[in-house]
Amino acid sequence: MPEIAALNDLVTQVRRDILRQVHKVNSGHPGGSLGCTEFFVALYQELMEHDPSFSMDGKNEDLFFLSNGHISPVFYSVLARSGYFPVEELRTFRHIDSRLQGHPTTHEGLPGIRIASGSLGQGISVAIGAAEAKKLNNDSHLVYTLCGDGELQEGQNWEAIMYAAGNAVDNLIVTVDLNGQQIDGATQNVLPLGNLKEKFTSFGWHVLDIEKGNDLEAILTGMRKAKEATGNGKPVCVLLHTVMGNGVDFMMHTHAWHGKAPNDEQLETALAQNPETLGDY
Amino acid sequence: MKTYTDSGKKDTRSGFGAGLTELGLSNPNVVALCADLTGSLKMDEFKENHPERFFQVGIAEANMMGIAAGMTIGGKIPFTGTFANFSTGRVYDQIRQSIAYSGKNVKICASHAGLTLGEDGATHQILEDLGLMKMLPGMTVINTCDFNQTKAATIAIADHNGPVYLRFGRPKVPNFTPENQTFEIGKAITLQEGTDVTIIATGHLVWEALEAAKTLHEAGVSAEVINIHTIKPLDDEAILSSVRKTGCVVSAEEHNYLGGLGESVARVLTQQLPAPQEFVATQDTFGESGTPEQLMEKYGLNAAAITKAAHKAMSRK
Repeated sequence: MPEIAALNDLVTQVRRDILRQVHKVNSGHPGGSLGCTEFFVALYQELMEHDPSFSMDGKNEDLFFLSNGHISPVFYSVLARSGYFPVEELRTFRHIDSRLQGHPTTHEGLPGIRIASGSLGQGISVAIGAAEAKKLNNDSHLVYTLCGDGELQEGQNWEAIMYAAGNAVDNLIVTVDLNGQQIDGATQNVLPLGNLKEKFTSFGWHVLDIEKGNDLEAILTGMRKAKEATGNGKPVCVLLHTVMGNGVDFMMHTHAWHGKAPNDEQLETALAQNPETLGDY
Repeated sequence: MKTYTDSGKKDTRSGFGAGLTELGLSNPNVVALCADLTGSLKMDEFKENHPERFFQVGIAEANMMGIAAGMTIGGKIPFTGTFANFSTGRVYDQIRQSIAYSGKNVKICASHAGLTLGEDGATHQILEDLGLMKMLPGMTVINTCDFNQTKAATIAIADHNGPVYLRFGRPKVPNFTPENQTFEIGKAITLQEGTDVTIIATGHLVWEALEAAKTLHEAGVSAEVINIHTIKPLDDEAILSSVRKTGCVVSAEEHNYLGGLGESVARVLTQQLPAPQEFVATQDTFGESGTPEQLMEKYGLNAAAITKAAHKAMSRK
């Protein structure tokens, strides 16, 4: 197991990748990407059994689906730095003829992507399907998905949440990025989500909180508990309390950087707060 | 003229159920999902034979489409079953992103399409589904005409790798195509050869087209009848070679004339062989309650309407 320090070096490098990707094309979503950087690093470096040589079917490995596809910069960076495709390809993010579309897609054949996402609220359903297929295939590996908290305003999620509990889809871990922000402001002001822990629990899920969702050790401890909770007849939900824009002081605790790229000066400031560790692409 | 005999009226949805039953026995990767309409979709036998491969999702069609997409990851071939309205318009974005754009091998099987749903009325009588589905890149769109053809199509689409929309209906209609036929996706079937007018029909209108051809024959008109079960990919060559002979065409479908089969036919002809065309289809309207026969009469979707349209098309040559 890599030392936490090494994982944190990767986190810092991924933050740089996120910032540089969105800056170059002056578009994309840095806020949510930065908020979930530690989670992605923990997932792909420590928690999941997965094969970067990539097959769409993903038999006999853990699978991950990104439901809130707009945080593609962090997904692409972590996939590249986990060996799915050359890190240099991050240069093509959102460019014409690129495999790194604005939102992730299988359409261009990018290794690591198994479903298109971007239109919100569909990831949990897809993950349930993949989890059911694993059961039919007697494959004991797990299916993970990440969705945004604002995304839970989409009704399809609650169809899926009801289904997963009602059908004991217990090889599934849904993580909710609980940053309290969405495009128009705080979720509390746009459309309050209520008590998500009570909601998931009353739907029949096993629910865990990771209060320090930007702390690698806390994520690893919490997600290992989540893994232990699988296989017990209930789907597992992790409420990951994160800070949008984490790691860049002027992007933190605000929805302002949900879908806005930094200018040259802002990029310089942000990168200075995250010095190069593993080498820029 | 060839003679076609109704071997006994049967519903096309039962053809789907029979095909699914066969697939269940022959292909262990086939799984079925249903949104609280198992009996209506005739999926009971599959459910009984393979409870572990049958997924009841409840009244939650969006979730059903997502689950179906996910199940393909791991090699399953999901068949979703609900009414055509809830198979398309209700879940268009789920189909667009999670199935079509993602290139997933999902078979969207849709019953109770069109006016022949009958008494339930316009909320359930979708007349826009072919248009919605044919506009999705990579989507194969099939509308079968009778029990035997629906059964054959159901079996055939399991071997086609990619998303498919299979449309069928509720009422019992003449069963006249061969039992245990081989279904070839994208290959139109010429049912009658003729020289004066081409009738290109799909779904329940195919039998009506054959009836119209009989009436036309009695009036001395030689009508060619094409059963075009696959709306996309369209068999351009079958259309062109027929219209080269006849010089005019009637398209016939249980669908809005905007976005349906007729427009696809017109696109082919406009680009390669301009010819007069008449559209037997609903005229940009919703349906209403009534018996299937009453509705098909009122909205001009029967043999009489096709016959009239054929005369009009010929007069415009």
